[in-house]
Amino acid sequence: MSTETIDLRTKLITDFHARESVMNGEAKSAFHQKKRAAFTQFETLGFPTPKNEEWKYSNVRDLISASYNFNTSDTLSAEDLIDLKMPEQAANILYFVNGHYNPALSTVVSSTDQIIIDSLQNAYKNNPDLVNSYFDELVKNDSDAFTSLNTAFAHDGVFIYVPNNQTVEHPVILRFVSDARVENVASQPRNIIAVGKNAHVKIAEAFRTIGDERSFTNVVTEINVGEEAGVEYYKVQNESENAYHIGTTQVRMLEKSHFYAATVTLNGKFTRNNLNIVIDGEHCEAHMYGLYFPDGTQHVDNHTVADHSKPNSESNELYKGILRDKSKGVFNGKIFVRPDAQKTNAFQSCKNIVLSNDATMYTKPQLEIFADDVKCSHGTTTGQIDEEALFYMRSRGISKAEAMSLLMFAFCADVVSQIKIDSIREYLENVIAEKLSRK
Amino acid sequence: MLSINGLRASIDGKEILKGINLEIKPGEVHAIMGPNGSGKSTLASVLAGREEYEVTAGTVTFDGKDLLELAAEQRAAEGIFLAFQYPVEIPGVTTINFLKTAVNEIRKYNGEEPLDAARFLKMVREKAKLVSMNDSLLKRALNEGFSGGEKKRNEIFQMAVLEPKLAILDETDSGLDIDALRIVAEGVNSLRSPERSAIVVTHYQRLLDYIVPDFVHVLYKGRIVKSGGKELAFELEEKGYDWIKAEVEAQEVN
Repeated sequence: MSTETIDLRTKLITDFHARESVMNGEAKSAFHQKKRAAFTQFETLGFPTPKNEEWKYSNVRDLISASYNFNTSDTLSAEDLIDLKMPEQAANILYFVNGHYNPALSTVVSSTDQIIIDSLQNAYKNNPDLVNSYFDELVKNDSDAFTSLNTAFAHDGVFIYVPNNQTVEHPVILRFVSDARVENVASQPRNIIAVGKNAHVKIAEAFRTIGDERSFTNVVTEINVGEEAGVEYYKVQNESENAYHIGTTQVRMLEKSHFYAATVTLNGKFTRNNLNIVIDGEHCEAHMYGLYFPDGTQHVDNHTVADHSKPNSESNELYKGILRDKSKGVFNGKIFVRPDAQKTNAFQSCKNIVLSNDATMYTKPQLEIFADDVKCSHGTTTGQIDEEALFYMRSRGISKAEAMSLLMFAFCADVVSQIKIDSIREYLENVIAEKLSRK
Repeated sequence: MLSINGLRASIDGKEILKGINLEIKPGEVHAIMGPNGSGKSTLASVLAGREEYEVTAGTVTFDGKDLLELAAEQRAAEGIFLAFQYPVEIPGVTTINFLKTAVNEIRKYNGEEPLDAARFLKMVREKAKLVSMNDSLLKRALNEGFSGGEKKRNEIFQMAVLEPKLAILDETDSGLDIDALRIVAEGVNSLRSPERSAIVVTHYQRLLDYIVPDFVHVLYKGRIVKSGGKELAFELEEKGYDWIKAEVEAQEVN
């Protein structure tokens, strides 16, 4: 372990104690006690090294070797956002700048009977018991240092609560902007989403960067999907060449609920996404789609878990990647079928196109099945563009470059077409087309 | 229109074409027949620009241009069309979008403005009717899940849309029942004109009942060993290829 590593860890430990020392009575709250427990776990775990099986191909040494400002003030104005060309949409749009909620940039259009959308900070101030009842209830702090770190420092993010039987017409779009124009910045947003019985909502998290300095985002989102509820959740990453991103989305599904996730990573220096779904009810459907398109020396790691603990549910997973230049991709998909989870259907597929000899894709499906009456399958493919398809298209007058673009766009479309928020889907199509036209 | 002289080509170091000479004038339909493995499909592939084949000798001139210098897409833009023996399935790209890209890429090559959506659609619908192609197939991913007959029909439909000067049909009849064969042949015949030519590669005489050729050539061991009129095809149908093989072998001995 290098001395820098100790530095970031020591700095965070010092920070935590400094924060705690000015908390007065709040330090005794149940909310803070959860943070304190997570902090202790972080102290024990330390940052992972490649010796840790879960981090074998994703080395965070570079990420933790720099120093970051974790306590920036929010300085962003609407004008600063113009260059990011964020798509417009009639939606609830919330901005978080370096992790802080920015009310001036944000718009909430849905009524409060339908949905409560607030910053975690405000929500906790207004309704501490409600927030606390969902905070840190789903994640596991004892196995992942970044999650425990996020819990320990949880300060802001979004709190979304959809009461029973509400179908929220307008989507919720959360835009996390790292403002790295002046210095290395870090943020640790914590999002809590609770969707009641038979309630339906679409939520997107979009991650962007302004500026060329380093940004480090360590985000955790907890999603409670109530009985018969339907949640569509999209995570979109189009960050800078200097952006480090670690994220965990932890989901719990109850009886007869549906959950759709799409995770799309188009740009960022180093990305690690954990998507963990616990299917804790019968007759549930969980769908996980992923797309990653790294180039240069970018690194994208997707770890997913579909944990079937009750019978008669289905999970279905499709991750796709295009890797160029010297980029690296990692896919680790775990499926657990617990002893009670008879009649489970669980499918997983990971397909990759590797366009350069210097690019690498590591795939690892991991199925652990403890029930006997189940249908499970998995498959991974890693290859080049289909030469026969390419020649077919060229023989019709389509140039090689255009044919490659069409084929790769089609490859991505399987995932992108799953996104049911029009502006986000169209935005992604544009960014992908632009990336494809770049050599 | 097309002039092939002393064409030799190999794949993976193995010579398949061993000196082909062929002259095709505007409006002519030439059938290339021959036993399996004689090099028929190789000839079609080399003309269309498949890169796995290495041309080791000879020239191919198309409308005064050195065809061998052109990439596959340039050949298509110059007016060469290959109907594939095994059309490729391309998931995620609809037939209509694929063709629109092809039409506009060819127009760009020839210095023309792209077709607007309305005119393109009108043209495509007319051509689809020509080969009895169902509109619903146009919106589906290219050839994905198409039956053998639908795939071949799609080839002829694409040919109708792109209106090539020289169409090369590579065993388009293989795997077709008689009804599909008739529809495909009608599509091809409707495109015949004094300016357009075709090379029909086939193993059997059957297709030539519907697409009547001006000339028939027999390809064997990488060479055209016999040429004649359409009656040669009937002779082959009746007598098979053995007598031709025997003739060639007798010459080789001498």
